[in-house]
Amino acid sequence: MNKPILTRRQLIRLGALGASSVVLSGCDAFDLLGNRSSSVRDIVAKANDVTYYVQRFLIGDALAREYPESEIRQPQKPNGSTNPQTPEYLALKAADFSDYRLSVSGLVETPKSYSLSELRNMPSRTQITRHDCVEGWSCIAKWTGTPLSVVLDEVKLRPSARYIVFHCYDSLGSGRAGPAFYYESCDLADARHPQTILAYGLNDQVLPVSNGAPIRVRIERQLGYKQPKYIRAIEAVSTFEDIGRGRGGYWEDRGYEWYAGI
Amino acid sequence: MHQGDKIAPSKRDSQPRVSGALVYRQSLWTRATHWIWAICLFFLLLSGLQIFNARPNLYIGKQSGFAFDNSVLSMTAVNTPGGRRGVTTILGHEFDTTGVFGVSGTAEKPQVRGFPAALTIPSYRDLATGRVIHFFFAWLLVVTLFVWFTASLVNGHLCRDLRPTRGDLARLPQDIADHARFRFHHTGRYNVLQKLSYGIVFFVLFPVIVLTGLTMSPGLDAAWPWLLDLFGGRQTARTIHFVVMTLLVLFFLVHITMVLAAGPINELRSMVTGWYRTDPESNDGPAQ
Repeated sequence: MNKPILTRRQLIRLGALGASSVVLSGCDAFDLLGNRSSSVRDIVAKANDVTYYVQRFLIGDALAREYPESEIRQPQKPNGSTNPQTPEYLALKAADFSDYRLSVSGLVETPKSYSLSELRNMPSRTQITRHDCVEGWSCIAKWTGTPLSVVLDEVKLRPSARYIVFHCYDSLGSGRAGPAFYYESCDLADARHPQTILAYGLNDQVLPVSNGAPIRVRIERQLGYKQPKYIRAIEAVSTFEDIGRGRGGYWEDRGYEWYAGI
Repeated sequence: MHQGDKIAPSKRDSQPRVSGALVYRQSLWTRATHWIWAICLFFLLLSGLQIFNARPNLYIGKQSGFAFDNSVLSMTAVNTPGGRRGVTTILGHEFDTTGVFGVSGTAEKPQVRGFPAALTIPSYRDLATGRVIHFFFAWLLVVTLFVWFTASLVNGHLCRDLRPTRGDLARLPQDIADHARFRFHHTGRYNVLQKLSYGIVFFVLFPVIVLTGLTMSPGLDAAWPWLLDLFGGRQTARTIHFVVMTLLVLFFLVHITMVLAAGPINELRSMVTGWYRTDPESNDGPAQ
């Protein structure tokens, strides 16, 4: 009988050698997964769709936990853009937001725009909730604002509306086509959720610029990047195709998942 | 199919070296799930360290202390006249970890990061990709755990092989002494230390690491608020998640050491083909 070219023992040794070289060479072996247009990444990212559907099924209308006053132990940590420098925003800020108008348009029956005092005179909700940053930290604060559902009921969504998009005044950098303004979006389940508010108050004070004045959104069952600040306009849409790079948000366009419930 | 029941005659009986029978010890379910976990845990660990690097601090409580101190671990960089130093602080004790934690890379190009590039996927800073990889393998791990648990319940692996008997517990001191001397008994069955350590991994460490992972999800916290109470808040859950990760790495190191010490070829064969060569005195498999 011929001697086998590769014995079982050699095969195992070879396998172990191969496996250890992958580990020892560092993990740049898997850097291809960072490529946003890689098809492997697309497959791996499908797990986020599973998370979305499973969480939607499990959560239903459940509220995010609300905390007692005693848990407000520090100011809300400002993060991301904290002082927008775009001319429109600087002009609004100089006039203490007296000229501010929040426009609500898109797939709605009656487009409207609201001044700050109009928003403050609408029904309001105050909640002490935990802000969870995608980086891993948390901070508890009291938020006061107009429930988004109140606004949506006034403008009446058309049946074709599937998502609510929030357009912002701040940009975290610029692209070839000028500044890339921050934007975010949510589905109607989150938009109509009782804790989803257009916040104008933080810890019993007027919302400061570092935390998103004059209006920021709170979507309490998702991570911090789903809480856009410096809101300029609200738009009801049926798809994200024509907005930004088409993935439904500033960070989503840069590889983060659209559903940030985890 | 019952593991340990099938016994094949030893092919080496005629050879001078005496060895026992080959017994069928690992079912296909056990072997397949074992290797899927190995892959999952590899990616979960390295993508998890990428995620950790986005905020290389651990805290106790419901929130992270910025105006108060509830940090139990941090990996930071400080500027000194001699360049950047990596400083790791554990429960108030500071350690210089330049080159490993806090600051790594080369002397010419030091990088400020918690864990070094060789320990993260991707090697460069990319939280979005770290999360995409982490959640994919987290789902795969959970599904595989479910498959393993169901199969092991049905095929008897749980009750027959993993549940420690009264006799096992009585032999515990002897078993510890044997392991300490690297004296191994190759039988068709797990010894009591194996049963206990596998039991802790499956019924304590895996459930806790999955549940603490879910406690970090603001969505799941709304659905299952008891998670927050069970683990003492989202930040404590994050800390426990990290501690259990460390315990699993420790288990992995001991596991590999034991495989190497007990005869890597035989141990690997049983985890690849299912067949395990027993000691001559225990041809009948379970020496109990």
